[in-house]
Amino acid sequence: MRATRFPAQATGPAERLAGFIAHLRMNGVQAGPRETEDGLTALGAINAADPGQARMALKALLVPDHDGWQKFDDLYDAYWFNTGKQRQAEVKADHIRTQSARPTLWQPHLDTETESGTSDQADARPDTGDGEAEGTDGRLIATRTDNLTKRDLRELMDEDSLRAAERAATRLARALRDRRSRRYRAATHGSRLDLRRTLRASLARGGEPLDLYRRHRPDKPLKIVALCDVSGSMTVYARVFLAFIKGLVGADTRTDAYLFHTRLMRVTPALRDTDTLRAAGRLSLMAEGFAGGTDIAGAITQFNQSYAARAADDRTVVLILSDGYCTSPPEHLGAALAKLRRRVHRIVWLNPLKGWRDYEPVAKGIAAAQPYLDAHFPANTIETLGALEQEFFKF
Amino acid sequence: MTSPHHNLQADLARNAYVASDELAMALHLSLVLQRPLLLEGPAGVGKTDLAKALAAIKDANLIRLQCYEGLDASQAIYEWNYQRQLLALRASDADTEDAVFSDKYLLKRPLLEAITQGSPPVLLIDEIDRADEAFEAYLLEVLAEGQITVPELGTIKAVSPPMVVLTSNGTRELSDALRRRCLYSYIDYPDRATELAILQARAPGIEAQLATQIIHTVQEIRREDLEKVPGIAEMLDWAAALSGLGINDLSEDLQAVAATMTCLLKTAADCDAVPAEVLARIVGKAA
Repeated sequence: MRATRFPAQATGPAERLAGFIAHLRMNGVQAGPRETEDGLTALGAINAADPGQARMALKALLVPDHDGWQKFDDLYDAYWFNTGKQRQAEVKADHIRTQSARPTLWQPHLDTETESGTSDQADARPDTGDGEAEGTDGRLIATRTDNLTKRDLRELMDEDSLRAAERAATRLARALRDRRSRRYRAATHGSRLDLRRTLRASLARGGEPLDLYRRHRPDKPLKIVALCDVSGSMTVYARVFLAFIKGLVGADTRTDAYLFHTRLMRVTPALRDTDTLRAAGRLSLMAEGFAGGTDIAGAITQFNQSYAARAADDRTVVLILSDGYCTSPPEHLGAALAKLRRRVHRIVWLNPLKGWRDYEPVAKGIAAAQPYLDAHFPANTIETLGALEQEFFKF
Repeated sequence: MTSPHHNLQADLARNAYVASDELAMALHLSLVLQRPLLLEGPAGVGKTDLAKALAAIKDANLIRLQCYEGLDASQAIYEWNYQRQLLALRASDADTEDAVFSDKYLLKRPLLEAITQGSPPVLLIDEIDRADEAFEAYLLEVLAEGQITVPELGTIKAVSPPMVVLTSNGTRELSDALRRRCLYSYIDYPDRATELAILQARAPGIEAQLATQIIHTVQEIRREDLEKVPGIAEMLDWAAALSGLGINDLSEDLQAVAATMTCLLKTAADCDAVPAEVLARIVGKAA
């Protein structure tokens, strides 16, 4: 391996280590000046000339969690051994999936996809009819938006509707947030006296209940985990759903979001990123598989195995945004959902197809999933997304 | 060229604990820098045992604080022994207020006990992710300053700073503040060679052929789609069960193997996931 040649002005280990820490920080590992100082101390405690030892020491010191643990070695090589570029290229090559041959089942949707390509262009010139009303008459604009909300999401690609989807999501997240436990727990500022603890503490005062302990009903908000399908059959809805998910994530710090097609990726940090460019960069990795095949069962299994322990508990509502067309056998989907069902509070499926007239859940995937769903809602217009709020109050 | 962390690794091995290079280095640094060591990883990979092995090689006391939801200061740090205080006050007429707020009436809970030992003990804070966030914040102060303040008594400084090991199963995100104060190591399920070494270290009486078969079977079972993946502890239980039954070759007595599967598979669904045929196939390959 070739060691990195540092510029002549970067002298001494301290500065290089500081550079390395900055490099880690840029790649999402939280570290600061204190870590630089600790790093130098740590290198003093080992044989720092041995690259293997230095790597292990810095790894133990600088990595804060499992994510960091997994990517540290790559970041280390990139900085100290000048492999940054090659390594990135390799990583990318790893993630590119050859698109599976699309089964004939999707043919109608693939057609609509090409259609949407043209309707997308149509949207670029803003709805010819209302052009003059825009910006001059508030009421007219209002009717226009009203109109928009009833149109199928496939036709909506403009800023306004994306913002409307985001707003609907925010309201939805709020509907789930304000929940209180039925049980009382100990608290410093509570509405009621905690007689048991007060008596226990009175022992210290010779039986006089001087210290008053209190209890309250703690907040037990529901948490949302959103799994959004971005495969080929969903392309036309993807942008609106992404906006919707962004709204969910933005409304509550505990919300967790994932995208999937043939594999699953956590996008919460990317959606929370205030730096739009960097967020786009983070999402672009995922975009390579956009509009490819779907493996819903695989994605849910992956979620069960790697994320569920941390992300899901009995106060979690899992939202699955998908049309239910799945390449893996339907019984796999049933099994994966059954497993997920045991872990979480509710599973809600938002299906853009369900809003269509005469829709029946006959696709084998969705039929297999049906028994494990607490609710199966249409999600083909902004209006239906907004109406979900009422349903969510009941959970 | 040997380095200090290799010495530590060898010491651990003498106590039947097989540590990877990375883990040994993390432990070495935590001892040198006197920082807590945070261990994460799936259940049953030897996170808790590392603290025990460390206590053994350093010949130190092991003080264990098992975390649970609702753990508070009076359970983890200290509490006054009110009954004895009251009795003492009744018994004497003199002004004994100062007397009852003394060491004699202080019930030391694990954290206070850990910092008042003469020689540095090993403090194991087990499953920190189960404790509430409020407690985590309290712990932070104790770990960073190495001191505990008892209002009636004043601040108690650590006589000799304890070696702190924290473990977490990742059921809750720990705060960044806690993570930053700790060194971190992730322990995963061991690979075949390491696990074999662990089995031989822990159960030296087991024959080489059986040991290889056991490790192969366990490694294969981990690949099945299970709810609770068997850890090292389960593997050792199973090995003990097999040698207790006097089995020398897994493929000879499949029925006994299936019967002892309860050591590895802990839920009904997992038992269904590894039916007799699958087991026979796995064991067959191992033989």
